[in-house]
Amino acid sequence: MATATVDAAVDSHDEGGHDDHGTTTGISNTKLAMWVFLGSECLLFGGLISTYLLYKTNRGPGPENTVIPTDVFDIPFTSVSSFVLLMSSLTMVLALSALTRGDNPATRAWLLTTAMLGGVFIGGQVYEFTSFIREGVGFTHNPASSAFYTLTGFHGVHVSLGIVMLMSLYVASKQGKLQPKHTETVEIVGLYWHFVDVVWIFIFTVIYLIPVD
Amino acid sequence: MAVTDEPLALTTGEDLVVDRPLGVFTRPQGGKGWRDWLSTVDHKKIGIMYGVAAMFFFVVGGIEALLIRLQLAAPDGQILSADVYNQVFTMHGVTMVFLFIMPLAAAFANYLIPLQIGARDVAFPRLNALSFWVWLSGAIFLNTSWIVGGGGADCGWFCYSPNSGLAFSPSHGVDFYALGLQIAGIASLVSAINLIVTCLNMRAPGMSLFRMPVLTWMLLVTQFLLLFAIPVITVALFLLMFDRLFDAQFFNPEAGADPLLWQHLFWIFGHPEVYIIILPAFGVVSEIIPTFSRKPIFGYSFMVFSGIAIGFMGWGVWAHHMFVSGIGPLSVWAFSMSTMFIAVPTGVKILNWLATMWGGKLRFTTAMLFAVGTVAMFTIGGLSGVTHALAPADTQQTDTYYIVAHFHYVIFGGGVLGLMGGLYFWWPKVFGFMLNETWGKVHFWTMLIGFNLTFGPMHVLGLQGMSRRIDTYSPGFGFAFWNLIATIGAFIIALSVVVFFLNVWKSRRDAPHLPAPGPDPWDARSLEWMIQSPAPEHNFDEVPIVESDDEWWHRKYGYDENKNVVRIATIEEATQKGDAVGVHLPAPSFWPLVVALGLPIIGYGLIFNLWLCVLGGALVGLGIYSWALEPVDDPDADHDHGHDDHDDDDDDDDGEGAEAEMADATAGAEEGAD
Repeated sequence: MATATVDAAVDSHDEGGHDDHGTTTGISNTKLAMWVFLGSECLLFGGLISTYLLYKTNRGPGPENTVIPTDVFDIPFTSVSSFVLLMSSLTMVLALSALTRGDNPATRAWLLTTAMLGGVFIGGQVYEFTSFIREGVGFTHNPASSAFYTLTGFHGVHVSLGIVMLMSLYVASKQGKLQPKHTETVEIVGLYWHFVDVVWIFIFTVIYLIPVD
Repeated sequence: MAVTDEPLALTTGEDLVVDRPLGVFTRPQGGKGWRDWLSTVDHKKIGIMYGVAAMFFFVVGGIEALLIRLQLAAPDGQILSADVYNQVFTMHGVTMVFLFIMPLAAAFANYLIPLQIGARDVAFPRLNALSFWVWLSGAIFLNTSWIVGGGGADCGWFCYSPNSGLAFSPSHGVDFYALGLQIAGIASLVSAINLIVTCLNMRAPGMSLFRMPVLTWMLLVTQFLLLFAIPVITVALFLLMFDRLFDAQFFNPEAGADPLLWQHLFWIFGHPEVYIIILPAFGVVSEIIPTFSRKPIFGYSFMVFSGIAIGFMGWGVWAHHMFVSGIGPLSVWAFSMSTMFIAVPTGVKILNWLATMWGGKLRFTTAMLFAVGTVAMFTIGGLSGVTHALAPADTQQTDTYYIVAHFHYVIFGGGVLGLMGGLYFWWPKVFGFMLNETWGKVHFWTMLIGFNLTFGPMHVLGLQGMSRRIDTYSPGFGFAFWNLIATIGAFIIALSVVVFFLNVWKSRRDAPHLPAPGPDPWDARSLEWMIQSPAPEHNFDEVPIVESDDEWWHRKYGYDENKNVVRIATIEEATQKGDAVGVHLPAPSFWPLVVALGLPIIGYGLIFNLWLCVLGGALVGLGIYSWALEPVDDPDADHDHGHDDHDDDDDDDDGEGAEAEMADATAGAEEGAD
């Protein structure tokens, strides 16, 4: 099966290569599709960020004020995990560069590093969520907490899907199916990965850095 | 999936080498019957399936409409209880918007965009199949709430909170609404990405953006609107689902939440949605009117730019749906102004259609009648729309039948009549036979009269103060007469739809006894008329080189020395014969269907039992990975896999290279997660 698949991939690559030069804009279909998709994602996060901004200090009408996420932030901790996530963009670029050079072991190493840095970020988020819940910020407690978990949770799901894609590339590379001619696949996954990082810069700023009064 | 088990001997006498990958990774070959339809990635077949399914839901939504009208035909109606009435009008709106008119527009988009830009298929044929199957699974899922959800959603099509909350809507209807529209939204998003890339990347040589037919332009603008509007409704529906299923606090006023959040999110999606509905019909009208006026469209670039302007301005008017919600005088002022401004590009379009007809050699075929009817009815709807832009007047009109009259004039009078005209216009291209013109004219006039009888009186009822969504009214209110007229009108519309279906049946039956319509029965202007009817599977024998707008027209007609139009080629000379062999086409695939089947299972799981989500998620994951790993072609496939003789057409195949597969699948993965 593997042989057949690789053969098919090789065959199709020739056509695929042809496609890239043959498109009207000169950008390959898949890359253009990813850009278009990321445009749509901007509105998804735009909606979620707006929701959070509306509710960030909304403790609900209870007689005693319930705890909201801004009360329990651990900004140094989140800064470190944000730094980890941002560094993963660097390793993503290094993976692409290694594949362009045809250095498959280095490609795998950087892909794995990127995925692991993403994993560290997700681990940090899981830790943050559990400690917040311990400190009395439940998802259902008030509009502020619902909005906080939804926004950061959506971002976390995006990072997790990115990790799945990176690991798929890693396995493909292990099986010898990720060759220098496939740099664009890595580049496209990279586009997604960088987008998710950039979105986090906005979310981190909006949620953690802009003070609330 | 070959019908025979044994490989057939090749006529050339070569040995047949079967290099078949294992099991699930075999790529189906198509063939005949239902398997062909389930696995097809041909944009034309997908377009036809969209059209058929949309007409089915047109009937479903129409029956719901008739129930509403029966209930309101006389004072103190007893046919539906107040509760069931709420469900019926909600599901009527949702069905007509999301399950009828959007997919009918998608049918035109799928079938015609590749043909009008001179392409073999869309950019991602399997994603195209995914869009259709996901939409269909969402549509069926939504309607199963009648059976397993304790009734339909009962919150109105825009489902304002807190009406949509558990306190006021305890059945599962709203859950099905939230998840069903979410699934249909995935389909729209995938389709939008696919068609945008197709329009930008797959054009024939010489087909610059400003040579694209106006229909393709309007569909492209529509896809951009979908691209940016769908994620906003996605957010809103997620928040609603979290509120209802997981006790989040987004819309519950008792927990301090702000119900206006839903209104803003919904209408930021909802107003562009209006243009998502109307722009495809505008595009259809812009193709029909020039053809039957024998003139190029008047002010092509104005038509295109006004469409783009509508696309942009459509984002700045959403709060005119919320003038009475207390958004403050400054907001009311700003949205009132922007709403008046958006009438300008729409007016440009109407004047340009009239100018196209002015001095033209008019032929009033059924398609032309529908197109002219669209212009007239949409103008009425547009004028009543401008009356809503005046906030003081709107305050009186909000939630009355005046609004119901307005948006039916826009959506039915504009959207539905326009697309009906499109059905008559492109029917011979799609199916190879014409719809009967006499029956078509009966269809048009009954529909037009029924439509005006139904929705015209609603202006009066609204101004008399009859409020929208009430399930009945007392005899002394003075609403009885016009309501009865509206109900009679609704049944006349139903009759016209029956006439349409009879026309399809009769025309199909008579087709063998009539001369074939040929590739270009209307003497039309754009590239789809250059190929045989019905369109061959590979679309174009050779990809045309485009040298002007209205390319096909200019291949048939030129000018003599006195600048008079003269025929320079007959249709037979200018058309392609449809006999190309060995054109490489994308192979069919079952995986889009598998992915689409997983999504409603996740939906049921969220509502009834989270374990089902695991099953559905596994199915989606299996589908996506099998999709990414399936080979480009099935080795058994016997069609179209010879080496291609046309030098100029290997560059227009879809992006089915290995990269494409990967990114296809990864894009699919994210959509699945959204």
